[in-house]
Amino acid sequence: MAPYMLCFVLFLVGLYGVLTRKNIIKIIIGLCVMEYSLYLFLAMTGYIDGGAAPIIDPSKPAGLVVDPLPQAFVLTAIVIGLATTALLLAIAIRLYKKYKTFDIDKINTLKG
Amino acid sequence: MDSLVPLFVIIPLGIAFLIPLTWRFIPGIYRYLPSAGMLAMTVIALVMLFSLGGETIIYKVGGWEPVSNIPIGIHLVIDSMSLMMLMIVNIVGLLAGLFSIPYIDKYTGENYYYSLFSLMVAGMNGVVMTGDLFNLFVFLEIAVIASYSLVAFGSSREELEASFKYQVLGGIASLLILFSLAVTYWYTGTLNIADVACVLQSDPGSDTALFIQLFMVAGFGLKAAMIPFHAWLPDAHSSAPSPVSAMLSGVLIKAVGVYAILRLFFTMFTITIEIAWIVAVIGALSMVVGVFLAIGQWDMKRLLAYHSISQMGYVITASGIAMIVIARGGDPKVAALALAGGIFHMFNHAMFKGLLFLNAGALEYATGTRNLKELGGLSDLMPVTSLTNLGASLSISGIPPFNGFFSKLIIIIAAVKGRFYFLALLAVIVSIITLASFMKVQRYAFLDGVKSPKLSKVREVPFLMYLPMIVMAILCLAMSLMVIPGIRETFLMNAVNSLLSVIS
Repeated sequence: MAPYMLCFVLFLVGLYGVLTRKNIIKIIIGLCVMEYSLYLFLAMTGYIDGGAAPIIDPSKPAGLVVDPLPQAFVLTAIVIGLATTALLLAIAIRLYKKYKTFDIDKINTLKG
Repeated sequence: MDSLVPLFVIIPLGIAFLIPLTWRFIPGIYRYLPSAGMLAMTVIALVMLFSLGGETIIYKVGGWEPVSNIPIGIHLVIDSMSLMMLMIVNIVGLLAGLFSIPYIDKYTGENYYYSLFSLMVAGMNGVVMTGDLFNLFVFLEIAVIASYSLVAFGSSREELEASFKYQVLGGIASLLILFSLAVTYWYTGTLNIADVACVLQSDPGSDTALFIQLFMVAGFGLKAAMIPFHAWLPDAHSSAPSPVSAMLSGVLIKAVGVYAILRLFFTMFTITIEIAWIVAVIGALSMVVGVFLAIGQWDMKRLLAYHSISQMGYVITASGIAMIVIARGGDPKVAALALAGGIFHMFNHAMFKGLLFLNAGALEYATGTRNLKELGGLSDLMPVTSLTNLGASLSISGIPPFNGFFSKLIIIIAAVKGRFYFLALLAVIVSIITLASFMKVQRYAFLDGVKSPKLSKVREVPFLMYLPMIVMAILCLAMSLMVIPGIRETFLMNAVNSLLSVIS
């Protein structure tokens, strides 16, 4: 149970960062931390206690292996996360060029 | 017929990657490629709709057959509901793509615009077709990442700020969806939608299933901008270039938000009364709060964006009514009627809201502003824009013989038959306020006398911009034919039945 609790704590740390920080870059880091906690959770859903890596050799009898499917999901999710983070950072750089600040309180053209 | 199924993803994805490779060598042609692709897909969807007649096609990607009845690999599932969504996505995409050709001319990096546009359509087509939960997540991310960058396409102050807000909230929504998928896999051991449904049916109303559903409502509700998750929508939809706003408001929030909610709750989960009430209350809240936020706006696109929240509220309320009726074990005909009204309104909304955003784009293109206070007296100078805007306004506020009237009427009849008198009353009141707010638009933009001398030089927009507007206005009228018996079965009732077939 302890790994799941730590995973949840990591998620909350990220959420705290997104909600309370004023700096755009810190908000992006918060989002990344939330993402990573989810990847950990996804990987753990396939874990079997005492399981080996899911590489099956036809000449030997298959022993206990962990579920390989969540690992494939995590890899896909990491690639998607890379795309979103890259885009967020690109937008952050353009925002800095326009507003000369990373403070979200000063980036407030849109209202209502 | 089966082999045509993957074309809905291959065509737009191919175009999206072909444009950056070839635009240097064949100048100009990239402008027309996305529209041509979407025209082809619309025709394929229409042919399939008539030849299938309510049947379901399951296409196994890569030819992976099920092993001892456990599906492996990704399945694409095509039924009437997904075909109708595919048609709506591609028709609106085709017309918005044509509208873009003159409109995007003033921006730099046009080729990237068309590339991202095709990518967004590829993602939405995939979301609508897929029968696998993780595949749904991947296609959803393709669609929304393309839309994040399209919102920021003009790279002015407002656009960048709106895109950043949209990305942070959209990112949180994606994480909620991914988390619910992880829990689903942990609980059921599968991610195929039909297979998950089988596993969940053996244990309806379990706490874990309820937990998954709550996260899905929050995640897809954020994507669909339901109140209280709406904060990003007015900024993102009003800052984007107008054809993109038409796509975002017209089809993106439906394909990745409302359609996903409908598909998952009606075909995957066993409907429970708690979730049904949550959905209905969120829908009713969006309907009422959205319209009150809209009426005070003076920026035309911001006003339209708030109306999108309100009109999507109608769809969610109608599906909430259907879910409550099913969960109580009431008359299945009332549930089918409510769902038919909701789905019909979703299709109609794609048409008239797409048209209204194109009108706003035409106004901005011709006059350089979208502030209603600075406009006026344009009905003589821009007759096509004025007339199509009047048609769309009547349609969204539910005036016969436009399509919005019939879908709202079906929703209200279903609400009364299911004894939800308060919801029926709310639907009528919201419709009246909608009419008031669009009469304001029509009066300030088109009817009042010319306010500033610079407006007297305004000309009607170019042909490629007013052609899509006229086609959409005609479709707004023609879609009301979908209630006539004979046409209704092919277009509407088959779609409803394909959602309800699992329950009965």
